[in-house]
Amino acid sequence: MIDQYLYLAVILFVIGAIGVMIRRNALVAFMSVELMLNAANLALVAFAWHHASFDGQVASFFVMVVAAAEVVVGLAIIVSIYKTRRSTSVDNANLLSQ
Amino acid sequence: MNVVFWICAPLMVLGGLGLILFRKAVYSALSMALTMVCLAVLYASLDAPFLFAIQIIVYTGAVLMLFLFVLMMVGVDTPDSIIETIKGQRLLSALGALGLLALMIFSVGGAITAPSAGMAGATTGAGGNVQGIAQALFGRYVWVFELTSALLITAAVGAMIMAHAQRTKPKLGQREQAQARMKAYADSGSHPGSLPNSGVFATSNSIATPALLPDGTISEHSISKTLTERGAQLDSTQLREITAEAFAKAQRVPDEEDEEL
Repeated sequence: MIDQYLYLAVILFVIGAIGVMIRRNALVAFMSVELMLNAANLALVAFAWHHASFDGQVASFFVMVVAAAEVVVGLAIIVSIYKTRRSTSVDNANLLSQ
Repeated sequence: MNVVFWICAPLMVLGGLGLILFRKAVYSALSMALTMVCLAVLYASLDAPFLFAIQIIVYTGAVLMLFLFVLMMVGVDTPDSIIETIKGQRLLSALGALGLLALMIFSVGGAITAPSAGMAGATTGAGGNVQGIAQALFGRYVWVFELTSALLITAAVGAMIMAHAQRTKPKLGQREQAQARMKAYADSGSHPGSLPNSGVFATSNSIATPALLPDGTISEHSISKTLTERGAQLDSTQLREITAEAFAKAQRVPDEEDEEL
């Protein structure tokens, strides 16, 4: 019964990983990271249900808090890069390699 | 529970695929929203009503809307390039993803053999889902909980510093502006008073219509420089012609009637 939830979490995690690897738009890559975090959350909640304990749900809650903080800082970085370089493509942020 | 899962799971996978396959970032964000809402429903089916609410409020409500705000701010139209900058990156990432999938499927697949306990016992033991989470959060995990508050404050301050832009010149006050205007009048004789307002015509009183001077030429000061640079300026002479034609007609009509009489 819990297996199907874990398989779904794995599939979502892999989709997120593919998104991070192939998408050039920083915002979409960032959303894919969020998808991976959500997949991990699903696995945590499924395990909480499997073990009849609240620990998994609390861990999932903490992941959400960290994700919210991460989104705030990450989007601020994307906006400040966009302000100076007029682009959100991850390929254009190459100042250090030039 | 099984029915809910089999309704939500395909939708979530579709949403996830939409996220990575849509070329337009807004569509990606909306597919993401679909996945998030379905995930919230799955939380509800796993006896986690508190996380169900938090998922909708924090993720779908706050995080995704923040994404959409930034998306609107940095330009929805920025096209995503399809060109591979690193040679063979698609193939390699496909291989990597396949490897990751196989690794996790095989590690997860046969790992759990014991039947699931279900949340019902724990929930009734704690006196409810929210009560149970509160006991864990403010009991065993209270230190972690305190640390998250530090994390949130740091993130908020960090975002403010990141978004802050230092002024390169001090801001001009009313006094400085008036002095600059009088100085310009003394130096070059430019008019220190207010600028003329935009032209008002029978068919347009937009701020993009320049006013006409008594000699019929366009007054450049009557519209904002920004509008001129963007090319949004309307043609005042053309607008005037419509009125002039109407006047000419109005003068001609009584003449014809007179002839008939």
